[in-house]
Amino acid sequence: METGGLGKIYRDGEVIVRQGEAGDCMFVIQAGEVEVFREDGKQREVRLAVLREKDFFGEMALFDREVRSATVRALAEARVLTVDRKSFLRRVHEDPSLAFRVVEQMSHRIRELDAELTRLKTGN
Amino acid sequence: MPNSTPAGENNGGELKLDDGSRVAVIGGAPAGSFFSYFLLQTAQRIGLDLQVDIYEPRDFSLAAPQGCNMCGGIVSESLVQSLMVEGIEMPPNVVQRGIDSYVLHMAEGSVRIDTPLHEKRIAAVHRGNGPRGAKEHEWRSFDGYLLELAAGKGARVARERVDGVAWRDGKPQIKTRGGLSQPYDLLAVGTGVNSGALKIFEELGLGYQAPQTAKTYIRELYLGREMIEKHLGSSMHVFLLNMPRLEFAALIPKGDYVTLVLLGEIDAALVETFLAAPAVSRCLPADWRAVKEFCHCSPKINIQSAVQPFADRIVFIGDSGATRLYKDGIGAAYRTSKAAALTAVFDGVSSEAFRRRYWPVCRNISTDNALGKLIFLVTRHIQRWPHDRRAVLRMVSKEQQGNGQRRMSMVLWDIFTGSAPYKDILLRTLRPAFLARVMWFVATDFWIKMNGGSHGNGRVGQDIP
Ligand SMILES: Cc1cc2nc3c(=O)[nH]c(=O)nc-3n(C[C@H](O)[C@H](O)[C@H](O)COP(=O)(O)OP(=O)(O)OC[C@H]3O[C@@H](n4cnc5c(N)ncnc54)[C@H](O)[C@@H]3O)c2cc1C
Repeated sequence: METGGLGKIYRDGEVIVRQGEAGDCMFVIQAGEVEVFREDGKQREVRLAVLREKDFFGEMALFDREVRSATVRALAEARVLTVDRKSFLRRVHEDPSLAFRVVEQMSHRIRELDAELTRLKTGN
Repeated sequence: MPNSTPAGENNGGELKLDDGSRVAVIGGAPAGSFFSYFLLQTAQRIGLDLQVDIYEPRDFSLAAPQGCNMCGGIVSESLVQSLMVEGIEMPPNVVQRGIDSYVLHMAEGSVRIDTPLHEKRIAAVHRGNGPRGAKEHEWRSFDGYLLELAAGKGARVARERVDGVAWRDGKPQIKTRGGLSQPYDLLAVGTGVNSGALKIFEELGLGYQAPQTAKTYIRELYLGREMIEKHLGSSMHVFLLNMPRLEFAALIPKGDYVTLVLLGEIDAALVETFLAAPAVSRCLPADWRAVKEFCHCSPKINIQSAVQPFADRIVFIGDSGATRLYKDGIGAAYRTSKAAALTAVFDGVSSEAFRRRYWPVCRNISTDNALGKLIFLVTRHIQRWPHDRRAVLRMVSKEQQGNGQRRMSMVLWDIFTGSAPYKDILLRTLRPAFLARVMWFVATDFWIKMNGGSHGNGRVGQDIP
């Protein structure tokens, strides 16, 4: 019996955040995997990414007050911990360098998006 | 010019860190390890090559006092979240129990305060490798884990106690049994308040004065995993009991042990009275009896920050500098250590650099502690007055059952977990809506009592566990 796992356990297919809902926290995966997807207007799902241990998601909610841009659900069992906007911003106020890794991950995603966009535009 | 005065006119050249600069860290507990980790991480990010030596005599792989920096072992919600963002994992073999709730016990009853989403947001750890005679070898020491992280970034760990400090051409040197070290460009002192080490620094004439401290009491109770699961679950149990000389008490469930922490003027008789109190024995198995040989200690806790925790080429971090009053000491060690490390890399190692960049973080903590003292005065008052105790219990109980605002629950949550600054908590309690609600519950309690009513079985709150 493991007693030391932090966060909350989500079962296979359980939704962690839903596209269009308001959010005030981000999530860090402690164990397992989650899939990120967007629903288009016709109820079709487009998978954007599969994320693993130590990855973040929902980080945009820390910086803007827009609704969630995608839905995230557990693939098999996943353990996920939340990081609250308020406590994150309070710490960043004292120590701006705390945002470094979030910015690093966001810049990594922008690179991926650039590559994807190029692929789409050039048809390769 | 060997053994010249610290700082002084000859400050050993430019007061900044360059490629090849040498940094000594005294103490490899949270403050020392976090400092070394962030110093090296930041230096590596900007391509600065530093040599960091951590002096730590303890072997954290040992059970009992030799491997343990005595503490309740709660890693707060806010620290867990910050570490996650930093990319520092909290592995399940270091965290002995994820905590998802607090149970507040008073003579009149108990209430449970859950985390939003019923999530395990707080970590219960052992600082060393478990209590004397520990049977729980599947877990690792928290301090040992942090020290390994620092070593993983490139810090060298010397298993040596520092016995003195000398100055050579304005640079500090470390004295150990092995002799005198080469001069260092910076000395970070993270010795905490439980060794005599801080005397060395008070005598250096830097203006540094060690923090004021109070004595506390910790004892490890063996229950075994199943019994802990059944009786305490994944909740931290906090006691506000009207017992003379007892300020605060908590039972913190770990793997096979439960850590008892007591604040106040604690002696053996008070510990036994506490363990025999109905509110406490309700949390323990009916047949639980204390064994003859148990691991216990009386560590000091920092209750007033140090004076002048920096000078040229020297900075005091964690408990040796400033920490939060009664709560989240490890979180404060993370904050002060990281601030000191960033200052050293980006602003230099002069007294002036630390005053500008590092001191504000210590000062914020100290100022907030002054408000914390006020809050603990109020909790002490509640502890003494039955009407107030019942009002608080009923208010929290109602909040936990309904879907409305959880004002009192959140105030208590933040006081006990140390997750929010004391200023934040105090401001929330001064809101008219909050005060009006508290007064309403106190008045109702008076009214019930005056009309000869009772609260059912005489207990209020929820039936727990
Ligand atoms: C009863 C009690 C309960 C507590 N509970 C909690 C809690 O649940 N959660 C929490 O966050 N905080 C808690 N704290 C506070 C917490 O223990 C401290 O804030 C924290 O340990 C500070 O870390 P530090 O690294 O500054 O010092 P310490 O943890 O005290 O470590 C100092 C290190 O320096 C080393 N050292 C000392 N002298 C020398 C020397 N001469 N040479 C070389 N090395 C030396 C020691 O071996 C040690 O490893 C509690 C404190 C007490 C007293």
